[in-house]
Amino acid sequence: MKKSKGMRTETLYKIFIYVTLIALVITILIPVAWVFLASIKENKEFYGSPWTLPDGFYFQNFVEAFVDAKMGDYLLNSVIVTGLSLLILLVVALPSAYVLSRFEFRGRSLLNSFVKAGLFINVSYIAVPIFLMLLDWDSVLKVMFGDGMLLNNRFILATIYASTALPFTIFLLSSYFQTLPSDFEEAASIDGAGYYKTMISIMFPIAMPSIVIVILFNFLLFWNEYILALTLMPGDNKTLPVGLLNLMAAERAAVNYGPMYAGMVIVMLPTLILYILVQKRLTQGMTVGGVKG
Amino acid sequence: MSKKRSRNIFIAICVSPAVILFTLFMVLPTIEVFRMSLYNWGGFSKTKEFVGFNNFKLLWNDMNFIQSFQNSVLLIVLVAIITIIFAVFFAAVLTKEKVVGGNFFRVIFYIPNILSIVVIAGIFSAVYDAKSGLLNSVFGVLKLDTFKQMWLGNQDIIIYSIAGALIWQAIGYYMVMYMSSMASIPESYYEAASLEGAGKFKQFTSITLPLIWNNIRTTLTFYIISTINLSFLLVKAMTGGGPDGSTEVFLSYMYSQAYGNSTYGYGMAIGVVVFTFSFALAAIVSRITKRDVLEY
Repeated sequence: MKKSKGMRTETLYKIFIYVTLIALVITILIPVAWVFLASIKENKEFYGSPWTLPDGFYFQNFVEAFVDAKMGDYLLNSVIVTGLSLLILLVVALPSAYVLSRFEFRGRSLLNSFVKAGLFINVSYIAVPIFLMLLDWDSVLKVMFGDGMLLNNRFILATIYASTALPFTIFLLSSYFQTLPSDFEEAASIDGAGYYKTMISIMFPIAMPSIVIVILFNFLLFWNEYILALTLMPGDNKTLPVGLLNLMAAERAAVNYGPMYAGMVIVMLPTLILYILVQKRLTQGMTVGGVKG
Repeated sequence: MSKKRSRNIFIAICVSPAVILFTLFMVLPTIEVFRMSLYNWGGFSKTKEFVGFNNFKLLWNDMNFIQSFQNSVLLIVLVAIITIIFAVFFAAVLTKEKVVGGNFFRVIFYIPNILSIVVIAGIFSAVYDAKSGLLNSVFGVLKLDTFKQMWLGNQDIIIYSIAGALIWQAIGYYMVMYMSSMASIPESYYEAASLEGAGKFKQFTSITLPLIWNNIRTTLTFYIISTINLSFLLVKAMTGGGPDGSTEVFLSYMYSQAYGNSTYGYGMAIGVVVFTFSFALAAIVSRITKRDVLEY
């Protein structure tokens, strides 16, 4: 008798657990899936119940978003900026993380504490000062060359993205390099390999797992970033999230919802595909870094 | 000697690009925030006037700033408490119970964290829409018409709507963090406890919670920093601080003063206050939550 009562509460507990789990799944998946469905709805379908399925595949929304709202151009810009940022970041961060974690030299601990302090500097605070700085340098360039070129510049934006990601990336890479035994360098030195060769052809390949994590995290960071892009790129070279902001404002004013949801799909689809491909690495890697923007 | 020299050159070549970029685009702008907060500088004019702490004195009587302060503190408290409860609960369930499809749940719960905050703003505009929003229509279907609200129009509840979106975004991230620290607790502890007749809840409060306490403490700092940051990004994309300043938060007010209104000095003074406040809050929270670390 007593045992069956225990079984009963056990079953009730299990049911409770699954109900809560499924409730959270629904609250996460339904809004995201709804946006996908809304992106192929015609405008007249937005009157009435939001739960009706699309009448058909209204592809015109995507055409409008890509062409009229220039999301196609912005997609290209985002690809360029994100790619460039990742490239700059890796070229700059990898050697410094390697040296900071595996070489003894004067000023090393100072640099390391700079990196840690940098983890606390938030992009949102410094977006406007960076803008003013570029404006200032631009006015100097204008006097010298007759033209300013630092604002609305994809390369500059990419450099700044890479710079703001440096503390987190160096922190993560150094903590990986620190775990490696010094045998690698000793063996390489016996084989007659110099510092550069040892670093590039031996140490970097070994660090591949954490390099992949760095790329994944920073891809998401750069792809989704909008406050720097909004502040530093007031011209036509917008990135996708900024383009989406404009699109959302414009379509809401025009009561034309389809292209707006199509724009949202364009922004989130690449990250969702990437996530589904590598979700295991991402959620595991997160515990290595443990830093949130 | 030449060996030592080539080693030093190698170190310099490796470190200097990072040092240069970090100094130019992180250190300098941060110093600028503090320096400019002492100036009265109206926009694109070249005239900067040193005014000492006058900007801070003005802030003290700025009702808009005080409103943004209240909103930010409310959001930090709400988001931290509710997210911790949900994230710890789901983390415990997914690590300790043999849930069918546990990996599936983990993957789904993490999805909001990979979405751009602009997309999240768009999603929640659709959810909260007064006429054809998902939330109100669910209440309509359930015949709970009294729960229907102008989620983004009513000034009394809009800040809670913002909190909802932030919590939705945060649960999965923190759940994964807590899961990894729970996974490192040895199974034998739970076996011993259940032999002594401790129930699930007792096991949770006397084994799991004390052993992940340090992890929770660390995340409290994250909650403070990231809520200040993300609430700005979300509010800017979703409501623009409106209606009538009812969703204005710390950094959105700073941004609108510095970039929109072009009163840079004043905007930077807000930045300094927020920066100091978040550090002080993190330190206080860290102090009062300090417990003896339990080893295992």
